[in-house]
Amino acid sequence: MALTYTVAAGVGVLLAVGLDLVVLRTRVLGRRAFWATYPIVLVFQLVFNGILTGRGVVRYDPHTIMGARIVHAPVEDLVFGFALVLATLSLWVWWGERADRA
Amino acid sequence: MRHLTYLSVLGICLLSAVWLEPVLRVGVVRQWRRLVSTLVPIVVVFSLWDVVAIAAGHWHYDTGQILGVVLPGHLPLEEVLFFVVVPLCAILGFEAVRKVTRWR
Repeated sequence: MALTYTVAAGVGVLLAVGLDLVVLRTRVLGRRAFWATYPIVLVFQLVFNGILTGRGVVRYDPHTIMGARIVHAPVEDLVFGFALVLATLSLWVWWGERADRA
Repeated sequence: MRHLTYLSVLGICLLSAVWLEPVLRVGVVRQWRRLVSTLVPIVVVFSLWDVVAIAAGHWHYDTGQILGVVLPGHLPLEEVLFFVVVPLCAILGFEAVRKVTRWR
């Protein structure tokens, strides 16, 4: 299987989920605060990523993506963004809870 | 001015969330050690992903719309800043939601 952006994004989100649920056990995915935050982040991502991709600041090789686009951006970008936000919040919560225990 | 396009988008993105720090007193920037400890691994891992993706030809950047400061691996400076700005905005948003709703 070629390492397309589609594959990389899928692996990335699985790693982020694994970080949250298995490695750090922060269970951000089980928190209402996360699911209330993510839609807000998503709206901003659609706006700013839409500008970047719409103006062609970032350009994608059509052979490495599925081709479905939302506000100019390939759907893979949404998966990438989800992995970025989840990994970030998992680490942030982990460092916070570590400080609380100390 | 066109070379500032990507940097401007990052600046506006940051401005859209950074007001949460003083207005809602979320205390994210105030906990700078926790913030740095979170951002460093994120910047490293996602920059590596970026370098691999650039090498694999998944995406490239319009050289006319970036500063032109390029790091090893053909990584534009803006991309590294992206991995600071976006996570910071996400944390600010998350803590703002937690503060307002009192949810964990």
